[in-house]
Amino acid sequence: MDLNFTAEEQAFRETVRDFLRAKLPSELSRKVLGGKRMKKDDYVLWQKILHEQGWGAVSWPEEFGGTGWNAVQQHIFDEECADAGAPMQLPFGLKMVAPVIMKFANPAQQQRFLPRIIDGSDWWCQGYSEPGSGSDLASLKTRAVREGDHYIINGQKTWNTLGQYADWIFCLVRTSTEGRQQAGISFLLIDMKSPGVTVRPIIMLDGEHEINEVWFEDVKVPVENLIGEENKGWTYAKFLLGHERTGIAGVGRSKRELKKLKAIAKKEVANGKPLIEDQRFRDRIAQLELEIMALEITNLRVISAEGKEKGAPRPEASILKIKGSEIQQLLTELQMQALGHYALPYIEDGLNDAWQGDPLMDAYADYAAPLSGHYFNVRKTTIYGGSNEIQKNIISQMILGL
Amino acid sequence: MNFNYTEEQLALQDTLRRFIAKDYAFEHRRTLAKSDDGFDREAWKTFADFGILALPFHEDFGGLNGTAVDTMLVMEMLGRGLALEPYVSTVVLCGGLIRDAGSNEQKETLLPEIAGGELMLALAHFEAGGRYQFDHVATTATANGSGWKLDGTKAVVLGAPSADKLIVSARCNGGISLFLVDANSPGLSLRAYPTQDGARAANIKLAGVEVGADSMIGAAGEALAIVDRALDYANAALCAEAIGIMSALNEVTLEYLKTRKQFGVPIGNFQALQHRMADMVIATEQARSMATLAAVRADSPDAAERSRAVAAAKAYVTQSARLVGQQAVQLHGGMGVVDELNVGHYFKRLTMIGLTFGDADYHLGKFSDTLLTA
Repeated sequence: MDLNFTAEEQAFRETVRDFLRAKLPSELSRKVLGGKRMKKDDYVLWQKILHEQGWGAVSWPEEFGGTGWNAVQQHIFDEECADAGAPMQLPFGLKMVAPVIMKFANPAQQQRFLPRIIDGSDWWCQGYSEPGSGSDLASLKTRAVREGDHYIINGQKTWNTLGQYADWIFCLVRTSTEGRQQAGISFLLIDMKSPGVTVRPIIMLDGEHEINEVWFEDVKVPVENLIGEENKGWTYAKFLLGHERTGIAGVGRSKRELKKLKAIAKKEVANGKPLIEDQRFRDRIAQLELEIMALEITNLRVISAEGKEKGAPRPEASILKIKGSEIQQLLTELQMQALGHYALPYIEDGLNDAWQGDPLMDAYADYAAPLSGHYFNVRKTTIYGGSNEIQKNIISQMILGL
Repeated sequence: MNFNYTEEQLALQDTLRRFIAKDYAFEHRRTLAKSDDGFDREAWKTFADFGILALPFHEDFGGLNGTAVDTMLVMEMLGRGLALEPYVSTVVLCGGLIRDAGSNEQKETLLPEIAGGELMLALAHFEAGGRYQFDHVATTATANGSGWKLDGTKAVVLGAPSADKLIVSARCNGGISLFLVDANSPGLSLRAYPTQDGARAANIKLAGVEVGADSMIGAAGEALAIVDRALDYANAALCAEAIGIMSALNEVTLEYLKTRKQFGVPIGNFQALQHRMADMVIATEQARSMATLAAVRADSPDAAERSRAVAAAKAYVTQSARLVGQQAVQLHGGMGVVDELNVGHYFKRLTMIGLTFGDADYHLGKFSDTLLTA
């Protein structure tokens, strides 16, 4: 038993740090660390910088242009990127559709799609949930009817993240209504520029446009965009959801946000002293830090085991998702609570990087503007990616055999 | 012991319930939140007609001699409607201050105007760097002829953008005093903004704002006790508003559990969700009890008793509101986090109530401190 990183791992961490110091643009890290509004170009720029370094897809095997790093190296990379304020690499292309393409697509599809994911050319989004199919995903109704060399798609997807920027959407569609629901689903890649695709914004509680509905009206999709076999999409979907959960612990980001919470609690004043000296508030931070410490080690235990088995992520990933999402929520809640009355203003401009505050808002410009919105925004984390209730079902059934 | 409302109270509750259902539907409220004023001036007139703007004042000044329990009943209904009108600022806080500490002349002039819906007020008391500490006032009042000159800044003044007059706390004579200030006074500037829950507030700068001797409310240097009482009143009212919201949230969530189907059955069939809903109802009933205690004790002449009950209630109600709000969102899944549905807005308002005039930790601390002297 040894909880220390090896000398090689330490050296690797230094290499990552050196790279971040040299290549992470300060205008990007300033936005990330300040919790400001991110643009499409911010994500794309960072992906291109990583790709130039050969680190565009650290979770991919080398044969597809990945780094071939082991789980511990990936963890170190994630942690350092988060700490430095690098933009998050959105998972839809890199961590969701790509593993499916690698495992189940034909070589032509792999050649066509994977290079454009890793170099940041294509922006991918997800077409899974439907208004009537959330936790019960297999009940999805979007139809794909084969006509010659094409499928004709009709239906509606929802809870689509950042699809307003997307070039491609990976969709679960119904190709058969025979037999079990799961047996009639196919996995289809759809060009977002296809006629008949409509993206409609869903404004969330923080007032931001991050989520969409995507409508398909007689959309023609070439059959060569089908992944694997028709009606086997459910197998691929489950594989994908397993991958979605491994990154969801978000330990690196939570450690960064904990640091920020402490910094805020040192700046805010309660009874003439820094808020962090208020024992009632400090204990809340301390309790949360215990959760993060435990999750960090649990995360390392799970990914070390995965490294050995090289299989699909195990049900223990559900523990990471549940704890990771709860921690994210508590962090934003305490950051908001630290502000006192200053949690109340809603300053839309305050999310813009360029906003410098104004004289009547005193110290507010520094860090306060985005915090309440973040708290409202991350309520989604216990809902998406398989809600935490579904994760507990997985634990009950797959781990406990209940 | 009697937990029943009087017939008059029930009639008022019924009137407000029908008004909210008919004239203050969620879609209307959404439009209002995005309008310039951020609330409905027509509704304010209706409130005057209903008498709720006159509720807590003595009949000698056009009031209805209402108790804090009457205010509770009003706030519960305003909570259900997520009403955006600055009722707490104008009637509960500032109206309460004038009622408790104003001169006869001030009461004769101001209270009938509030009651008639012609005068809106905001309390400019809290300042940056003071958190919820209610004696943290750096704004100064210096003698200026027979009157005063005010200098300082005030933070997150709720209802300020629509206020005709502000009640400003400032230091003079070795203590804190209150001054009635015209919102358009020279030297007074406002930085107005919406709040997270769609209401309006402002930060305020006072640079040599001149007021007359008759603008002082209460005795010089002795405002703290009356501000304390007014904030207790306001917190009791916020507790009641939270109860209204929690009840409404429980209703819509229960309805959702019965109608939303997944895996071929209503999701309310799942025991994990049933128990969650049961926890929300338990929390709401317990919180209602504490809000009732706060309302009854808010009128107590014993300041320590009043203060202790309100602190206990605000801490408890805020904790319950957190559970109910968060779980109502969670049980609605994605629908809980969209701007389009009322659930998220109830949740946001509950969250902001919990951060206004002291959060749960602040009030628990205040209550906890009384254990040392009890």
